[in-house]
Amino acid sequence: MGFTDEDRVRARAIIDRYPHAKSAMLPLLLLAQDRDGWVTPEAMEEIAVWLGTTPALVLGTCSFYTMLKREPVGDLVVSVCTNIACLVNRGPELLDGLRSRYEGDTAIMVEEVECIAACDRAPAIQINYEYYGPVDTTAAVDIIEQYRSGALQARTISGSSRGAK
Amino acid sequence: MAIEETRIVTKFLRDRPQDSWEYAVAREHNQAYSALEAALKRDPNELIEEVKTSGLRGRGGAGFSTGQKWSFLPAGVFPRYLAINADEGEPSTFKDHMLIEGDPHQLIEGTIISAFAIGAHHAFIYIRGEFALGTERLEAAVAEAYKNGYLGKDILGSGFDLELIVHQGAGCYIAGDETGLLSSLEGERAMPRIKPPFPAVQGLFAAPTVVNNVETISNIPHIVRKGGEWYASMGVNKSTGTRIFSVSGMVERPGNYEIELGMSFRDLIEGLAGGVRGGRPMQFFIPGGASAPWLLPEHLDEPLDMDRASELRTMLGSGSIMAFDDTVDPLLVSWRLARFFAHESCGKCTPCREGSSWIEKVLYRMTNGLGRPDDLDLLLDFGSNIVPGLNAPFAQTTICALGPSTMSHVVSLDRCFGAEIRARLQKDFDKRRSLEVTPA
Repeated sequence: MGFTDEDRVRARAIIDRYPHAKSAMLPLLLLAQDRDGWVTPEAMEEIAVWLGTTPALVLGTCSFYTMLKREPVGDLVVSVCTNIACLVNRGPELLDGLRSRYEGDTAIMVEEVECIAACDRAPAIQINYEYYGPVDTTAAVDIIEQYRSGALQARTISGSSRGAK
Repeated sequence: MAIEETRIVTKFLRDRPQDSWEYAVAREHNQAYSALEAALKRDPNELIEEVKTSGLRGRGGAGFSTGQKWSFLPAGVFPRYLAINADEGEPSTFKDHMLIEGDPHQLIEGTIISAFAIGAHHAFIYIRGEFALGTERLEAAVAEAYKNGYLGKDILGSGFDLELIVHQGAGCYIAGDETGLLSSLEGERAMPRIKPPFPAVQGLFAAPTVVNNVETISNIPHIVRKGGEWYASMGVNKSTGTRIFSVSGMVERPGNYEIELGMSFRDLIEGLAGGVRGGRPMQFFIPGGASAPWLLPEHLDEPLDMDRASELRTMLGSGSIMAFDDTVDPLLVSWRLARFFAHESCGKCTPCREGSSWIEKVLYRMTNGLGRPDDLDLLLDFGSNIVPGLNAPFAQTTICALGPSTMSHVVSLDRCFGAEIRARLQKDFDKRRSLEVTPA
């Protein structure tokens, strides 16, 4: 799909906020991800032009950050924490449960993540960066399915509210 | 005497009459921006002195004096920048997360006052990418602040201008390092930079820059309102004021507790957080985030004092305490931390890039019954190439503190459970050998 003219206006506004254009790199990559559902090579090429840098340098930054996906991941990213607080509160079981439940499901990606700063709610997960916890597999599946059916309105896979901005 | 919290930065978000962070409510019930009004009438250098008097020390991990950090900016060099570190990623820490979502105006007010004190006209709040709701609230609160004349040109008629930008990260632990954050804010990989030059001299885009943590900055409006001496009257020794501790793991009531420094670990963990779940005995606890060496139940009566923690060869770090009961395998916790650091190592310095994943591999076999009798000593041996001397406060052969953090839990294993682990490795080894079938 690529950037629309509206996105280009928005991108310009983002760049203009910063004293140096290159600071806009991450916001623009997140914008690209919201547009296409992942960060496409074409988007990175266009961002390079806007920021006066090269596509290789954009890719270099992009590939460093775990929230930026360089291939399609579906509509929902389910981040399951297994770091120490979740480790001792059945986080690994939850990860296994969700992985086997959604194996081969192209709409939903289950990923293991590092501490998401919700240790008081362990085991904690995020669904498109919305927090839930403590949850077990049954409760998590129930919430995920509500998002799938549209009963709950999901954020984008970059975590922004749909419709906002 | 009852064991109680001392709420200063968490007072509003805990006690407000309605669950709203919005400007009207914060203004009415938390005097939001009244400290800014007072600060703008004062001399910036006087504000820096006030913060020095308060004894406020950075709440992000290093515990450096905030007022001193501000005064390191070279005179007459402009532009200069203020960056707020809201990239909270230290495992077991979740206090900034609460402050951002619960009271964004307090953070913004502190940011504006701090920027005024140091003479910065651009400030950035670098917020962890995963904090979607936090980013949304902070952006909305910043918009409210602009609308009410607390940001932008000629703030409240003082002649002071400030642009505040909420900058969302994209998933990366090392962006929480002071210089890693600056690299990330410049659109690069979040790789830390060698110091000196310190950010105060050459930071963001080589301009003088101050980087402060969210909780540190959230304290500023209160210090301006009530005075540095008031703040310094709380706490113990050189650990003044209050601090928010995130208590979690296997405790009855996990959560954030704001307490006056100097309280004992026991009062915090047992008195406020309800002690270890189900009344089980505590095996060990981590006193300051994943990077801090562990302590044992015998240390529970020690005070929460940053300098006392150094004497105990650990640190209060990011202000988070995680307790584990006697059913937990310390090797498993250590291995999981090793995997975390191996994943988050940015790859810039060889000892950390190579060492972190070797530590993880060796700990994996140790945890899963495949260890060799001298594995713990092997780890200590090659780990001393990352942390010379292996003794906290840690020396390092890497640019940033992630290097020594990779060995912190290994040093803890040796210190707290060395004999048991060596015996266990020998037992695992003997067991495997007895099962070996000799070829005919």
